[in-house]
Amino acid sequence: MKTIPKLLLLILAAALLAACAAPAAPSAPAAPAATATPSGPAELVVMTHDSFAVTADLISRFENDNYAKVTFLKSGDTGSALNKAILSKEAPLADVFYGLDNTFLSRALEEGIFEPYVSPALGQIDPIYQLDLTHHALPVDFGDVCINYDKAYFQEKNLAVPEGLDDLVKPEYKGLLVVQDPSTSSSGLAFLLATIAKYGPEQYLEYWSQLKANGVVVVNGWETAYYTNFSGSSGKGAQPLVVSYGSSPAAEVIFAEKPPADAPTASIVGPQSCFRQVEFVGILKGAKQRALAEKFVDFMLSKPFQEDMPLQMFVYPVMKETVLPEVFQNYAQAPDEPATLAPDEIAKNRDSWIKAWTDLVLK
Amino acid sequence: MSLRQPDARVTRLSRIQGLLLAGLPLAFLLVFFVYPLAAILTRAAGQGLERLDLSQVWRPLGFTFYQAGLSTALTLAAGLPAAYVFGRFDFPGRGALRVLTTLPFILPAVVVAAGMNALLGPRGWLNLGLMALFDLSSPPLQVMNTFGMILLAHVFYNLTVVTRVVGSAWEGLDPRLEQAARTLGASPWRAFVEVQAPLLRPSILAAALLVFLFDFTSFGVVLLLGGPRFATLEVEIYIQALHMLNLPMAGALSLIQLVCTLLFTWVYARLNQSGAAAPLAPRVKGEGLRRPRGWRERLAVTLVSLFLALLVLAPLGALALRSVSRLEAERGQRGAVQTGLTLDYYRELFVNRRQSIFYIPPFVALRNSLGYALAAVVFALAVGFPAAYALGRRGAAARGLDLLLALPLGASAVTLGLGYVLAFSRPPLDVRSFPLLIPLAHSLVALPLVVRALQPAIAAIPPSLRQAAGVLGASPRRAWREVDLPLLSRAAVVGAVFAFTISLGEFGATTMLARPDMPTLPVAIAGFLTQPGALNYGQAMAMATLLMLACAAAVFLLERFQTR
Repeated sequence: MKTIPKLLLLILAAALLAACAAPAAPSAPAAPAATATPSGPAELVVMTHDSFAVTADLISRFENDNYAKVTFLKSGDTGSALNKAILSKEAPLADVFYGLDNTFLSRALEEGIFEPYVSPALGQIDPIYQLDLTHHALPVDFGDVCINYDKAYFQEKNLAVPEGLDDLVKPEYKGLLVVQDPSTSSSGLAFLLATIAKYGPEQYLEYWSQLKANGVVVVNGWETAYYTNFSGSSGKGAQPLVVSYGSSPAAEVIFAEKPPADAPTASIVGPQSCFRQVEFVGILKGAKQRALAEKFVDFMLSKPFQEDMPLQMFVYPVMKETVLPEVFQNYAQAPDEPATLAPDEIAKNRDSWIKAWTDLVLK
Repeated sequence: MSLRQPDARVTRLSRIQGLLLAGLPLAFLLVFFVYPLAAILTRAAGQGLERLDLSQVWRPLGFTFYQAGLSTALTLAAGLPAAYVFGRFDFPGRGALRVLTTLPFILPAVVVAAGMNALLGPRGWLNLGLMALFDLSSPPLQVMNTFGMILLAHVFYNLTVVTRVVGSAWEGLDPRLEQAARTLGASPWRAFVEVQAPLLRPSILAAALLVFLFDFTSFGVVLLLGGPRFATLEVEIYIQALHMLNLPMAGALSLIQLVCTLLFTWVYARLNQSGAAAPLAPRVKGEGLRRPRGWRERLAVTLVSLFLALLVLAPLGALALRSVSRLEAERGQRGAVQTGLTLDYYRELFVNRRQSIFYIPPFVALRNSLGYALAAVVFALAVGFPAAYALGRRGAAARGLDLLLALPLGASAVTLGLGYVLAFSRPPLDVRSFPLLIPLAHSLVALPLVVRALQPAIAAIPPSLRQAAGVLGASPRRAWREVDLPLLSRAAVVGAVFAFTISLGEFGATTMLARPDMPTLPVAIAGFLTQPGALNYGQAMAMATLLMLACAAAVFLLERFQTR
């Protein structure tokens, strides 16, 4: 009778043993390391989205200079990461949050997840990116969502490359464009916002009904659009025009199997045809390491980090007078006149714009 | 030690024992499922109901039911013949085929989408072949982003649930029953309908419920293969929670999904009540298995093997082929895709070209994946065994546990993940100071499968065997070890394989957790696919192929355990 409970204990003990043998986090310390102890470096936790990347040496330099240990918490895409920051605002999981973009900016500020910080580095930052005048969220980088085209396709068909959004509804480009659903993809949302910025909140649906009549293909995410549908990628799909990023052609060169003579793709950067995404960093309210967090924000706004970003994350620095890597200068294209919308306008209308788009294009 | 007497002392002890058996799984579910879910739903309700628009519910709800019903029917139609062949016949390649069919289960939807695309896409091998064969200028097959693709992917994913759950039950049937029926003059068909089918009913129902729940909460497949025209409840929850930041709406949808799950489980329990398990097991392990005899049986085995190989091997093979082939078209020759073999993608996996701090050597990712998966197996079995025993006892506790156990399968992974963020954000129970939270969440989803695999097997153990062992002087513990355990090993391995593959495939909720720097293979694969460039795509395919190989090897090893 007593044996089954005993067995349970045995199984439990075995489970615990196996659990201990199973992956022990290399960085998991036995004692809470969140507070600075005289014996070890202080731990700074940075919450970010999955696309965040940085050169290892830069972080070790920061750690050495500040006697700190930086831990990154990758928390899904921008939406999931922000959600987690909002849900855990009473007991913040991190000290710094990076990766908030201008489509979510107002919402994040409304939720009050950040503490203001006027970084001395802000003087070096182009003021047009300083969208939050209360300095809760500080700009770090920007990128443009643009239409990429497959150069070979247009050459082979002897077809002129469309110059801007207006051209896309012309019959010669019927069925050639693949876009992402704005309700499931941030690049899709950015492209929708570009059309709203260009044609206005009253007229953009008219443009989309023309696009729909011209056979625009809608898929759920950037991965599917780029790797399944786009003919210029390794997927070798059917559409030679895809909503992607202005920096994607540079990535195609860097990640080519053999260094190509020229990029296989390019972006359409006509006036008002790309949407500019700006990404922000902020110090989370209740950060345990406020002083260190400030240092880290300054570090992200310093020249070494700003110049490291292009090749790590394929985004542009917001700092004036930074030098872009050669491959960026040659193949990445930033539009002179990107489409923009005020963050509070986006926050206010986001739901209704997406819903109206869904009703028109998908149903 | 004498035979049990129904005296008051024993009944009381037995009740305590029952409580203890039910207690561990109940506590586990309360802490790691009910609590985080309640936390997030309370938070959602607390945000006010102005953004709640229930008119938006019907469309996804209707579609969810429709696609799940159809997918389940198709999966059963394809899986039952396979279960029959696996459960009855011994044939060359049986083991390999069984390992193969589990592979889809581990693959992240992104990778399956890539595999299906490599096979059936506009530039997939099939279309390329057909175009070359019939000299066509455009791809003849247009199946990507269609409803049919969702169904196909669901069958591809869940077939293994039917073949494993039903197949192992079939294998565990005492062949004497069928033989007796035949001796008494029944035709093979009649012996099947009147003897085997009723005995298999519980496992068929269990498999149907599991497959239905998997399809009902399907997310990645619908999102990536179905395209934006199709949205299940789970897809809608994902959109509302993560893209609209509309937590109340996401919470309401999750609640509806949960209520539906409860309903299915209740119906299942009602259907299952009438079927009592026959306490008969083969005298010798594998006694029921034999070589196919006659042309009919041989044909059945051949057809099923071919079908499985085609369904599973073709997309997986297309994927593996992609990982070693260069698809660089010559300039200006978009029509003719040049292919060549290369190992560049694999080589590139070992190079941290950009000195990124997040670079993961493939073997480290593999180690992380395997570590989590093994821990998930241990947790799932440790909780699953007592749960399965508790379910075998009649009573309110068992019935309650039965309903509760299926819930994690029907719960929204997105919502649960956010619930984890809310509930487990402080040390000592947060992901950073307690990384085991991740395999614990995996085992939550694996638990229903483990229990459904174990419970029929436990019910089928004749009490007379245990009594005989008792009479012969074995202590209950020894009787359990030497009677129950060997008889349960097949079912336990089935459960372990599910737990292992679910964890390896990074099931649902855990991808939502903010995680420390211990990336797994699926995380690495997803990382490659978020950037443009041939090398990134190739490396994703290479990593996915490694994931498949690792899983195949591990499942193969796990299966070794049951032959002991």
